[in-house]
Amino acid sequence: MFFVWIALAFLLSWGDSADAADQTQIRVAVASNFIAPMQVLAKAFEAETSVRVLVSAGSTGKLYAQISNGAPFDVFLAANAREPGRLIKQSLGVAHTRFTYARGRLALWCRDAPTSDAARGCLNGSVSRLAIANPRLAPYGQAAQSVLAALRPSTPIVTGENISQAFQLVWSGNVAVGFVALSQLKSRSDTQGAYWLVPANLHDPIDQQAVLLRRAADNAAAQNFLRYLQSDAARAVIENFGYDVPLPQQAKAQ
Amino acid sequence: MNADMAPFVLSVQLAAMTLVVLLVIGLPLAWWLAMTKSPYKPIIEAINALPLVLPPTVLGFYLLVFLGPQGWAGQTWTALFGQPLTFTFTGLVVASCIYSLPFVIQPLQGAFERLDRRMVEASLTLGASWPRTFWRVVLPQARHGLLTACVLGFAHTVGEFGVVLMVGGNIPGETQVLSIAIYEHVEALDYAAAGSMSMMLVVLSFLCLLPLYTKSRKRRRLLGEVAA
Repeated sequence: MFFVWIALAFLLSWGDSADAADQTQIRVAVASNFIAPMQVLAKAFEAETSVRVLVSAGSTGKLYAQISNGAPFDVFLAANAREPGRLIKQSLGVAHTRFTYARGRLALWCRDAPTSDAARGCLNGSVSRLAIANPRLAPYGQAAQSVLAALRPSTPIVTGENISQAFQLVWSGNVAVGFVALSQLKSRSDTQGAYWLVPANLHDPIDQQAVLLRRAADNAAAQNFLRYLQSDAARAVIENFGYDVPLPQQAKAQ
Repeated sequence: MNADMAPFVLSVQLAAMTLVVLLVIGLPLAWWLAMTKSPYKPIIEAINALPLVLPPTVLGFYLLVFLGPQGWAGQTWTALFGQPLTFTFTGLVVASCIYSLPFVIQPLQGAFERLDRRMVEASLTLGASWPRTFWRVVLPQARHGLLTACVLGFAHTVGEFGVVLMVGGNIPGETQVLSIAIYEHVEALDYAAAGSMSMMLVVLSFLCLLPLYTKSRKRRRLLGEVAA
């Protein structure tokens, strides 16, 4: 059985090997918190232009490390503004192509709260633990920390590696309350309880920026995709997933 | 190819290729480790065990740098073959070989150390060639160790995550193996899809491990009969 498989795998490995550098497909590296809207956007773009979009998801930090080490991505959709800026500084990203494609909203999710107001109260109630994303690694964690510093609750904190781990902690019932992304709450229908949408002025904006990468500097399909990302149709999709989208003038960085 | 099947097929391909390469490297290396009286033996053994110690993502990060365009291994590879190593299927095979090496070497080395050397020497003194001796005397005795090495090497590569995520870059159809596809579904909060893919991984692993334990039971029974 086992050796049959190996033989089979060898036969299969003589199959196709995708070629890069053509304009019929683009490779997009996307921060994992944005993967669900990205899949919708990629489908719509493929239907419109017949360019294939290959999506690779990962944490912003890992994708940054990979791009620095020659990863064959054309476009980078980060979960923050820092890494796209760094890439431009290192000439791995194309200058003046950076813009904010989505602005994340933080929400306080409380499993036992019947209403949004009650969810707000969970912060000062008798919760045993509060879940946040790691403030050192995740933009949403940083935002959560700013909110905690402003509101000063004394609840012990559990830190997830990223925002999806923070979400899992609450979703699985291990922690009753957590700071998660609004987009996460919108993309699942089985979330118990209620959430309080944290006012955006309580933390620095969670700007997610896109940048064109050096190897795609002359790639019309990749540039097209970035233009599509700023179109009204794309903005509607992104907003539908629980993000704010700044107006194009405001979105332009540098 | 069906998009959901692609990661599955890639995982099996990767594990099979890695295993073949590891056997080619591992058989002579394990033989040398089992037979040598060299003072360097403990050093080589310790280096061989190192991939067990480093967390996979950390190992993956160093491999990314080492095999990448700035690392000397990556530069040498590009000079020889004109293609980069990272973010390709070949790169995954190289990284997986490093990651799974101890799982192949250690069972083989153990099996070779337990060999009845008198039989090997007898075969050679009676005029059998070295390949014939290996085939007819060594392999039958080391059969169980070889099977363990194959199954562990294969299963460990199927289950690896941190290294392939860093070195492979999660590119669909090329480096997006099953474990990474599952991770991506979890990140996208699509727990249903993650669940069904995990089921595939569990079934694949089970089918991998089953022959190992079926074989070892038969073997034990055989030994029992001889002893009785």
